[in-house]
Amino acid sequence: MNPPFAAGVVPIIPKSLLGTPHQYACEKANRLFCWGWFKQNWSGIFWPALRQHVVLVLIAVTIGFAISMALALLAHRFRRAEQPVVWFTSFLYTIPALALFELLVGVPGLGLSRTTAEVALVSYTLLILFRNILTGLRSVSADVRDSARGMGMNNRQLLLQVELPLALPAIIAGLRIATVSTIALATLAVLVDGNEGLGAPIISAINDGYFKTELIAAGGLAVLLAVGADGLLVGTQRLLTPWARARAV
Amino acid sequence: MAEALDRDASPAVGNATGGEASRALELELRHVHKRYPSRREAAIPDLSLTVPAGEVCVLVGPSGSGKTTAMRLVNRMIPLTGGDILLGGRSVLQRDPTELRREIGYVIQQVGLFPHHTVRDNIATVPKLLGWQRARIDARVNELLELISLDADDVADRYPNQLSGGQRQRVGVARAIAADPPLLLMDEPFGAIDPINRTILQEGFLALQAQVRKTVVFVTHDIDEAIKLGDRIAILREGGVLAQYATPAEILDSPADDFVAEFVGADRALKRLGLATLADVELVAMNGHRPVGELPVSTNVRDALSVVLAAGGEPFKVIGDDGEVLGLATLDAIGGVLKDGRDIGSNGMPDSGPAHPPAHPASREKA
Amino acid sequence: MHNFVEAFKFIGRNGQLPREPHLPTLVYYSFGTLKITVIAMAISLAIALPIGLWLGHIHRGSFVAINLGNVWRALPSLLVLAIGFAFLGIGLKNVLLALIVLAVPPIITNAYVGVDQVDADLVDAARGMGMTGWQVLWRVELPLAVPLVMAGVRTAALFVVSTTTISALTGYADSLGEIINNEASYHLSGVLGAAICIAGLAILIEFVLALVQRALTPVPLRRIDALAMPDELLPLKLEAAL
Repeated sequence: MNPPFAAGVVPIIPKSLLGTPHQYACEKANRLFCWGWFKQNWSGIFWPALRQHVVLVLIAVTIGFAISMALALLAHRFRRAEQPVVWFTSFLYTIPALALFELLVGVPGLGLSRTTAEVALVSYTLLILFRNILTGLRSVSADVRDSARGMGMNNRQLLLQVELPLALPAIIAGLRIATVSTIALATLAVLVDGNEGLGAPIISAINDGYFKTELIAAGGLAVLLAVGADGLLVGTQRLLTPWARARAV
Repeated sequence: MAEALDRDASPAVGNATGGEASRALELELRHVHKRYPSRREAAIPDLSLTVPAGEVCVLVGPSGSGKTTAMRLVNRMIPLTGGDILLGGRSVLQRDPTELRREIGYVIQQVGLFPHHTVRDNIATVPKLLGWQRARIDARVNELLELISLDADDVADRYPNQLSGGQRQRVGVARAIAADPPLLLMDEPFGAIDPINRTILQEGFLALQAQVRKTVVFVTHDIDEAIKLGDRIAILREGGVLAQYATPAEILDSPADDFVAEFVGADRALKRLGLATLADVELVAMNGHRPVGELPVSTNVRDALSVVLAAGGEPFKVIGDDGEVLGLATLDAIGGVLKDGRDIGSNGMPDSGPAHPPAHPASREKA
Repeated sequence: MHNFVEAFKFIGRNGQLPREPHLPTLVYYSFGTLKITVIAMAISLAIALPIGLWLGHIHRGSFVAINLGNVWRALPSLLVLAIGFAFLGIGLKNVLLALIVLAVPPIITNAYVGVDQVDADLVDAARGMGMTGWQVLWRVELPLAVPLVMAGVRTAALFVVSTTTISALTGYADSLGEIINNEASYHLSGVLGAAICIAGLAILIEFVLALVQRALTPVPLRRIDALAMPDELLPLKLEAAL
């Protein structure tokens, strides 16, 4: 059967195949998923890519969280700070991913490097994390705050013992969104960061004539990673907020 | 909550474990003035009153009377713009607000229990802030739970959203007195509770206060609650002006002006009766009267009046605690409570001297 | 900084390269990008809005509507495009298909939430006054749902613009992304210039949609910051419920 390629695009046999004639047929026909090829290239292509991807995302989300937390605490204390921060983070968020990655390449000192990728990825997490953390802090009811102050908590104790714990559901909701989005976006990191992340096999697959196995494998791993991260965060939230689960009398 | 009274003669009941004596301090408001920056008129122009140590002072008045403001000035939740407030002789202005508040119990209408802490942790809040040892905190929590009649095993590790409204209020009170503060501030604590449970909570509060004897400032808009709970009542008028500051009986007997009279209600004579029991009534001797029923001597006079009226005004036998007959309660005798040295006329002004000499105390008779 | 100066010069020349006059200009690519975006959004709105609004109105399908949003977020645009081309070939139709797949979920999810969370008391009062289901939707629920629905539309629009440019990496050459893909010819100045144009285009589209949102919002509900940038934040109760 003819693979449905547009005229003029001829599938090139991936280089990693040379020397393995018995698998030739699946890949040459570019069937849906060549399990053999995948297994063979797991340690060479996919496992490193997955690891790099995880590192990319972890760094981006951690830094993004730190910055957003600082900004949210600032806006929590000084109401006037909120609007400018929202404007700035929204502005960053509006810039399409491709454009932001490339613009950062032009910034002196960045160029093509992992740092550039991280800066871009961090930028996209800021809006959602900032808004969620701030909303969470604000959602603490006035009565709880009043009674906490009335009992003699100072600002720091109020924040650490009351406001932040009660803001956790919102904060973790934001972390979930940010993490999943970043996992998807990090596939573009390959544009500025050489051969890093799960975007690398995807681009390589495209250049190899849309090699389906590689595409599905890389894409599948990205999606699985996202699902896994999301589940992990949900589990963490359940662990950290036992009072939310306790059903009312 | 009344069951908590089942105690033998242990002195430090309800006090912090560890041998600290229960302290209650005197609270004095001295020419307190509060004006919000955005307003021209003061919320409280000049308020002075003293709450003796161990007494319940109820601040009552219509909305806009500044009662909650006055209360929140005491623990500096609102800044004072003039005058002074002294707790145990020390000005609150000279103390660090946060430290001050750890020494004052604070209960608000919505309670404000921390949703993310168990009942135990909620109650332990101020002791933890003060740095108590774990063991001491645990003992204190258990003691308090017993005091408010909640089963520690059942309730201590639950979260607030698993408790009923009444339970939450009680935990709120326990939390406020956990560190055994010398002063307790309560802002309409029972306002959001349904009437039946409110009565239970009020009785519980009275029982608790009988044991721990704290100085309490209690804010309410309900004059009946004020009469029921207060040792002294401060009636505030709109504009933060003190209309009268006296015991419930004094206020009911002689309201200071028309505002107070109206606020207290046209039925203040009945309310006044509610403050007494049949033990306060000069009972009549049995001779010649035919009682139509019995009433225990502990009956509230207002209730007794209701019963007597329902029976068509006929007298009732009054039975003492040991079962002996103490005398008869007639309509006249009941009314005598009001005429006890004062004359409540239509203008509510006191008369000069007793209207008539007290009746002969009834002799005790066997039934 | 020198790079950016060159980039603006590039923009100033409409992206013409002196040595390769046959290459398409910035204007050409910009129009190409815009054209694809508009078509994709039009189709996506036509599909997703009715579904989302209706589901919200009857308060059904929350599981699907919400999880759709979650799954969507995990999909890399690069992947969707590449898979589209791998299975269906390169071409405008297939780009559009990928774009629609990516634009529909946020529109549905936000439309659903927007209508679903209109104060139940208001809906009840409206029904009590004798409005039919349609009238309730049209006169009460929709006007109040505008902010959230538009948030979804704006999120989708941004995503479409972004993905359109990425399509150049996957082999479709009619968008501004192609300049970035072709650094050999356009050099870094061209790449930066194109990136600036893409960003500008996105901001312009956002601005236009913000005005649309303001126009659709009932006057008493208009807030000063209606011109604020898109809000991808779903109501927290949703997230907490998951």
